[in-house]
Amino acid sequence: MAIFLTSESTVIVQGMTGSEGMKHTARMLASGTKIVGGVNPRKAGDVVDFDVAGTTVSVPVFGSVSRAMEATGADVSVLFVPPAFTKAAVIEAVDAGMPLAVIITEGVPVSDTAEFFAYAQLKGTRLVGPNCPGLISPGQSNVGITPANITGPGHIGLVSKSGTLTYQMMFELRDLGFSTCVGIGGDPIVGTTHIDCLAAFEADPDTTAIVMIGEIGGDAEERAAAYIRDHVTKPVVGYVAGFEAPEGKTMGHAGAIVSGSAGTAQAKKDALEAAGVRVGKTPSETAALMRELLAP
Amino acid sequence: MDLFEYQARDLFEKHGVPVLPGIVATTADEARAAAIALGGGTVVVKAQVKVGGRGKAGGVKVVKGPDATAEAAQSILGMDIKGHTVHRVMIAAGAAIEREFYFSVLLDRAERRYLAMCSVEGGMEIEQLAVERPHALAKVAIDPLVGIDGAKAAEIVAAAGFDPDIAGDVAEAIEKLWLVYRDEDATLVEVNPLVQVADGSIVALDGKVTLDENAAFRHPDHAHLVDSAAADPLEAKAKGLGLNYVKLDGAVGIIGNGAGLVMSTLDVVAYAGESFGGVKPANFLDIGGGASATVMANGLDVILHDPQVKSVFVNVFGGITSCIEVANGIVGALETLGSEASKPLVVRLDGNAVDEGRAILAAANHPLVTIVDTMDGAAAKAAELAAA
Repeated sequence: MAIFLTSESTVIVQGMTGSEGMKHTARMLASGTKIVGGVNPRKAGDVVDFDVAGTTVSVPVFGSVSRAMEATGADVSVLFVPPAFTKAAVIEAVDAGMPLAVIITEGVPVSDTAEFFAYAQLKGTRLVGPNCPGLISPGQSNVGITPANITGPGHIGLVSKSGTLTYQMMFELRDLGFSTCVGIGGDPIVGTTHIDCLAAFEADPDTTAIVMIGEIGGDAEERAAAYIRDHVTKPVVGYVAGFEAPEGKTMGHAGAIVSGSAGTAQAKKDALEAAGVRVGKTPSETAALMRELLAP
Repeated sequence: MDLFEYQARDLFEKHGVPVLPGIVATTADEARAAAIALGGGTVVVKAQVKVGGRGKAGGVKVVKGPDATAEAAQSILGMDIKGHTVHRVMIAAGAAIEREFYFSVLLDRAERRYLAMCSVEGGMEIEQLAVERPHALAKVAIDPLVGIDGAKAAEIVAAAGFDPDIAGDVAEAIEKLWLVYRDEDATLVEVNPLVQVADGSIVALDGKVTLDENAAFRHPDHAHLVDSAAADPLEAKAKGLGLNYVKLDGAVGIIGNGAGLVMSTLDVVAYAGESFGGVKPANFLDIGGGASATVMANGLDVILHDPQVKSVFVNVFGGITSCIEVANGIVGALETLGSEASKPLVVRLDGNAVDEGRAILAAANHPLVTIVDTMDGAAAKAAELAAA
């Protein structure tokens, strides 16, 4: 088992025929993801060949998400679509009844996200992202841009706003391995939250401990802390980035901004510690805390 | 992007929100001309700064006549308000205020929708009102798929408890303010105060608007709203090179990939710096995913020209980014900069093509470059070098 994504998941790529889509489809195929189709209305009927470790894998292109689902039974869509077209692409996936849509695109207007998130809520599609690395269940499936060769399967669950911090933490604990690592994204509104992942990890028999990585901006970490206190029985360690971030300056992620007294790293760390979560001062210290928790 | 009050006023006017005439001035003479253009009567001279509390700081003056206007502008221009220098004033027509109200609509991150807030008790700081008299502040959730239509505007004014004689006019203003929020891709539209003037009409007297920079692609007209004067020269240079850079005050220059990892790098350097007399990071610089050698070299160029920088920490975890590109970027930048590069570099590489990347740096054997295997170890080394 794992959360949201397993070896059974069949995946289509919206925007597969673009340069980013091509590059990452090849990488996802190489890491064992079952990619069954791409979507591009202007290239419907085409077949794109990918070289996967010397073997050619042919992926059909469909004219729409619903056609792709009918033909392949896909249950995950990953989107490499430019920001201006992301809203329409997500709504297409939602209308087709796609259970899970993973939006990698960075730079989506937040009003578009607010609208397609509300729409997905109505129709029952889970969204991950936007502006995220996607998710990986090592050894099973990899949807997005996470490098598959950092670590293998194990029993730690990881949830993070940041891509590279996710990779860093996977690397720190690479000898132990992970059930699923979810990069939820750094935008002010994201489809899947820390709490959604914590709930799923708590319910996942294959996950025994959880790493939660947060960063400045908003109050998602504070809410997650309250959730952990009330609902999570598995051990959790935490890390928060952005102690040195000045007020009012956006730190790379659209959502990473300290506004007045709200959204500071210290407030998030305090909330997590008050909920009994041990918080590391560096990624390495956080990994060491996880090792302590898992030591027999 | 936060807008100045006069820019917010202009957007309000564009969408039919009732506002008073207002003219921007950057000199006392322009202020005098503005006062004459407004009829020569009573005006309000208002400092244009993107920070609250300007009234208390003396940045708002009510004056009568062109001479007094010029004098007031003279005294306000150049003033420092909480670290913000006043470069512009707005000369606004005077108004006989009967009552003050509050309205805002903003992004509600936690609930992943929008939130409208409204009160019949305007004028004071809304944070203070929310704490001291929470029942006086109506909060109404806005569905992003519906927005604020007539029914929702009526619900907002009813929740805030407006008198029936003005509820209709306020609701109409709120519907127009929603158009500002929606059509300009704002994440905040705030009016404080929204006022009723002597003739009974409703006017947005002061406005605060924050625009979503991710939506800039569909608002070419927003480009002129950017306050280029405010940018730090290094930040301006970095922006010109397409780099995601924020200037800070410390001595360790930072380059990394991915916003989260770079934020973390700043913290780890400050943490390590505690052992070296409080050394701090000098900047945030994210070269992003899949960065090329050129991007790496551009980043180094910006950082090495920061006179506050004493050492540089390059912290890359190669996901998509290849450590080969990073190493080539470092070697190439040092060659190009030649003797201009005089600050020690500490490099930590991991991930994609790490062995090849480290080998390139080892082969170049540049006297300024130290390779350290771990992030914490490299941060300590960079802090030590900055303190030396």
